Amino acid sequence: MTELAWINAALVAARPQALGALLRYFRDLDLAEEAFQDACLRALKSWPQNGPPRDPTAWLVLVGRNAALDGVRRRSRQDGLPSEEVISDLDDVETPLAERIDDSHYRDDVLRLLFICCHQELPNTQQIALALRIVSGLSVSQIARAFLVSDAAMEQRITRAKARIAKAEVPFETPNVAERAERLAAVSAMIYLLFNQGYSAGDGSARAHFCDEAIRLARLLLRMFQTEPEMMGLTALMLLQHARAPARFDATGEIVLLEDQDRGRWDQKLIAEGLALIDKAMRHRQPGPYQIQAAIAASHARAARPDETDWAQIDALYAALERFQPSPVVTLNRAVAAAKLRGPAAALDMIEPLAPRLSAYFHFHGVRGAFLLQLGRKAEARTAFDRAIALANTPAEAAHIRLHLDRLMREEPPKAE
Amino acid sequence: MLYAILCYNDEDVVWSWTKEEDEAVMAKLAAVQERLIKAGKMGPSLRLLPTTAATTLRKTQEPPLVIDGPFAETKEQLLGFYVIDVADLPEAIEVARELAAANPGGAYEIRPVAVYFPDRRRGAGP
Repeated sequence: MTELAWINAALVAARPQALGALLRYFRDLDLAEEAFQDACLRALKSWPQNGPPRDPTAWLVLVGRNAALDGVRRRSRQDGLPSEEVISDLDDVETPLAERIDDSHYRDDVLRLLFICCHQELPNTQQIALALRIVSGLSVSQIARAFLVSDAAMEQRITRAKARIAKAEVPFETPNVAERAERLAAVSAMIYLLFNQGYSAGDGSARAHFCDEAIRLARLLLRMFQTEPEMMGLTALMLLQHARAPARFDATGEIVLLEDQDRGRWDQKLIAEGLALIDKAMRHRQPGPYQIQAAIAASHARAARPDETDWAQIDALYAALERFQPSPVVTLNRAVAAAKLRGPAAALDMIEPLAPRLSAYFHFHGVRGAFLLQLGRKAEARTAFDRAIALANTPAEAAHIRLHLDRLMREEPPKAE
Repeated sequence: MLYAILCYNDEDVVWSWTKEEDEAVMAKLAAVQERLIKAGKMGPSLRLLPTTAATTLRKTQEPPLVIDGPFAETKEQLLGFYVIDVADLPEAIEVARELAAANPGGAYEIRPVAVYFPDRRRGAGP
């Protein structure tokens, strides 16, 4: 890694804390971003000569803050209002700042920075785009490429989203315990959403690195909120799912189902970290949806071969998840485990009542088609697969269902109308 | 003389590396290790998971308190270590220098080993 790459990595890593601290100081996102940008430019000049500072984040906060204050002073001078008292007041403020930058502040700073992106009036994709721009520091065109829109369109979306959160009441005071928990929950949901955008797009897509970014943000939060079992659960869940990424698609980009994946290609380092985090979380005896989903992923990760999968445990975990988070999608997933344990007829009985709520859901028709096929009800299976293809979210999803259909066609060509 | 070379770095940065960056650094470190292995100087080495995976038993009270996270909150974290068998401190520093060239940032602490037990699991070791 070159020195420049190293400095860039350090700037990216420091961004959430440094920008969060600058936002707390300036209480204005644009000014904070400008200050951080300024500090980065100075770091690129200074660090190669003087070596990286002992605490890059604190360096960026102080330099960024001073640069922005200089800017404010210059502007006020141009406006002909160079009040000496104001300037010396600002100088006084500088001294205690270094002491105030400690980890307890950082954690609320980072949380605040992420939390303002989760504004409930913003649609999910805009929350993600905003977090990628503000917290991760991706360029507008990087984000535009990931969302398959033009740079100009993404620029406009981000500007509008920023305007909206600027109008909102940004909570600057230190949150109390309940508020902190609430923010952490909202931010966790957004991070998982970000992960899923990458996960469903698959390797090789412009969104693939969303998974890495989501894991990075989760690790960062976990380091600041070390005793939160659900934070451990969320991080573990993403690590364990991401571990399978190298095996999830074949060379032609087709989806490879869990039971057909080459488990030798699963990333054992990610699995080890995920399992360690679940172990830690379990000690707290405060189960929650992320921990349960992580435990399900762990159960798959522990099976060296598909036939070693503990379906009874997975079924029980889905049952627990249904209690925490009743949702037809959870029941649909549980039915897949139930099919392994009790056969496709029982599983089909479980999902038929979900039809009214899941009729527009790709996976519902795919799973239903597979159960029907196992039961030998081929005509109904074909209808279900046809529905699934019509609802596929990605070409790979459609292609996967088409494989089932092709097999059906070979076995039993459709009758001429 | 046995030395432990303890690797410290900012884990926020190290765990932010892309897979490619990580692999590139690991390959460079492997080249240094390879030379030491050939010279018969390479003892055990390992890389640790991030401190978010750590648990600490604190003996400040009785019974000891089990808490999440690393023992110390520091800017740089212990990421792993090497045990090497070299003639003297200058040679140990030379090894650390080579490792440092592969891996920007952070620091290496060179600590002489007082007591050394090899891997004593069944089936492990020579």
